[in-house]
Amino acid sequence: MSNLKFLTNGLLKENPSFVLVLGTCPALAVTTSAINGAGMGAATMFVLICSNILISLLKNLIPDKVRIVAFIVVIASFVTIVDLSMKAFVPDLYKSLGIFIPLIVVNCIILGRAEAFAQKNATFPALLDGIGMGIGFTLALTIMGSIRELLGSGSIFDIKLVSETTKTMLLFILPPGAFLTYGYLIAIVNKLRAKN
Amino acid sequence: MEFIKIIILALIVNNVVLAQFLGICPFLGVSSKVSTSIGMGAAVVFVMTLANFVTYFVYNFILLPLGIEFMQTISFILIIAFLVQVVEIILKKAAPSLYQALGIYLPLITTNCAVLGIAILAVQKDYNLIESVVYASSIAVGFTLAMVLMAGIREHMEMVGYPKGMKGFPISLVIAGLLSLAFMGFSGLVK
Repeated sequence: MSNLKFLTNGLLKENPSFVLVLGTCPALAVTTSAINGAGMGAATMFVLICSNILISLLKNLIPDKVRIVAFIVVIASFVTIVDLSMKAFVPDLYKSLGIFIPLIVVNCIILGRAEAFAQKNATFPALLDGIGMGIGFTLALTIMGSIRELLGSGSIFDIKLVSETTKTMLLFILPPGAFLTYGYLIAIVNKLRAKN
Repeated sequence: MEFIKIIILALIVNNVVLAQFLGICPFLGVSSKVSTSIGMGAAVVFVMTLANFVTYFVYNFILLPLGIEFMQTISFILIIAFLVQVVEIILKKAAPSLYQALGIYLPLITTNCAVLGIAILAVQKDYNLIESVVYASSIAVGFTLAMVLMAGIREHMEMVGYPKGMKGFPISLVIAGLLSLAFMGFSGLVK
């Protein structure tokens, strides 16, 4: 029962993007289309799950004083794995995500979960927490990507939903659209949470 | 001429926060007052310039000759974390008044993705040492510019009424969106 809570915590109640507002840089930068958002979310989720597992296994070995540095090394190693694998297997996605793949290292969600959860809990809850938070982040990025892609290019996951001649709001795939979409989405989530 | 182009591009056309989405966390977190955002900006200028200077040497004289470029992410983030610590210790001893002003912002910089991002971008763009340092310092000044503008607007927003659900992050993001829209007017300034 309590295990289920670890899993769902990241989905809604503590959604990293909409409620905790962590990891804002990739959320704004790569969500020009649904597929980019989902790809970034998946890459982050992989690093988050792996680092949560490893850190909860190593929690008794890492001295308290150097723990942040140790966490960063663990996270950076997994990010390098993701970086090289994506370059090899999905070169197109890798190209469009660009600099934000190595920057997963400084994504506050991952270090935050290591510090706040993984180093204090057993491996299994840490794994569930990583999955929950990862799915929450991926979901948020995919929603944002879908909205921006729909408004900006009239399609979702590259499937055209409007006719070729329809004028779309190009603004939404440009930088200002990212800020506006994200702002209004958080406002909507705030409103929904206030009601409950 | 080449330098002027780099400076203008980094400072306003490709503003690090408003066009490249790096360093959003401090941009939203520390920009509630003009004075604190100037402090944060100064600390970033300092660390970012230094970080690009050091990472240039590490990349070209250690990683490249050994053929271990894939260690870039790990080594750069450790260098930045280390630099922040060193700067903090030196400032504490050598310039206590400056430390007082910048002290609280320094630890935050380790997790500022702009510092790591710009170090990696400078390597990708194949800049030489001077270009890399000029690039980093103009990016950092651009970061400060965006933060000060944002703080100026947010100070005035306290007197304006808006829906309760928009309080906090949402309204900040909408302001940032409008600022970013304004900065888009600079695109095409430099060919």
